[in-house]
Amino acid sequence: MSYLRSFAGFWWNFVVGDDWRVAAGLAFALGLTSLLAHKGVDAWWLLPLAVVVILAGSLWRATRGAVTPARPR
Amino acid sequence: MSTSAVLLVLGAFLASAVEMVEALTIVLGVGVVRGWRSPLIGVAAATIALAFLVVALGPALRVLPIETLRLVVGALLLVFGLQWLRKAILRTSGYIALHDEDEAFRRERDQAATAASELKAGLDWYAFTVAFKGVLLEGLEVVFIVISFGSAQGRLALAAAGAVAALVLVTIAGVLVRGPLERVPENAIKFAVGLLLTSFGCFWGAEGAGITWPGDELSLLVLIGSLGLASFVLVRLLRRQRLELHISGANS
Repeated sequence: MSYLRSFAGFWWNFVVGDDWRVAAGLAFALGLTSLLAHKGVDAWWLLPLAVVVILAGSLWRATRGAVTPARPR
Repeated sequence: MSTSAVLLVLGAFLASAVEMVEALTIVLGVGVVRGWRSPLIGVAAATIALAFLVVALGPALRVLPIETLRLVVGALLLVFGLQWLRKAILRTSGYIALHDEDEAFRRERDQAATAASELKAGLDWYAFTVAFKGVLLEGLEVVFIVISFGSAQGRLALAAAGAVAALVLVTIAGVLVRGPLERVPENAIKFAVGLLLTSFGCFWGAEGAGITWPGDELSLLVLIGSLGLASFVLVRLLRRQRLELHISGANS
């Protein structure tokens, strides 16, 4: 059982990484792009925009808890 | 050769090179302390395991319709790419330490020197396991990137050629230097790979979802440029934020 858990944990970490919200946000953006495309809207701009927003959000979450940041170079 | 083909080879080469440099550091760290036989057998065993994975996954992906394949591969590349890019931005802005191959080598060597000796089937089990795991884990990412890159464009051989070129170059450099390749600008390469993976993921993911890109393949260059610019702005903002935190921390 613990072997299965660590195996699943490895793949989760390998694919999803440190921030699961990134993967969830990307899945939502891809789903929305597909939905719009099937309704005849060529929303090519949506995914790049979503990527930047998701990246900025993830960085904000990663750094807001940095109480004692490393010495600036 | 088209723009996307050049970027594909470049992406596969850089991603493979940077992972192979990390695997080389692990193998060298163990080998210099505990001898070369067991780590090299570990490397060979991991390479065979990775080759099986390529043989199994490559043809399996060809069964999928191209649109579905691009959607799946695009999503995977986006998730991988954003992980790389996020970490590269955090490193460049100083929030996490830069990856230091020399330090990683010393850590690996010190651990190898203090680990107990256990002989199994004529092998130094510690040296074999560390080399096997190191090459397998670093190689797994290479395999996923090469297969994703290659299969989405139907150019698996081209992506594999980029990876093989990286393998040859890193192996030759490793044999010549006989130490960690600390002069490789690893963090800059990781930044570039993050940009390439995310841009390709965006391009193929959207195509798989049914989008037609304006300018077709040329929009890939625009994607790389825009994402690069956004990353640059994010690095600047985070550096300023860190500086402000440092100043307010020093004043309090």
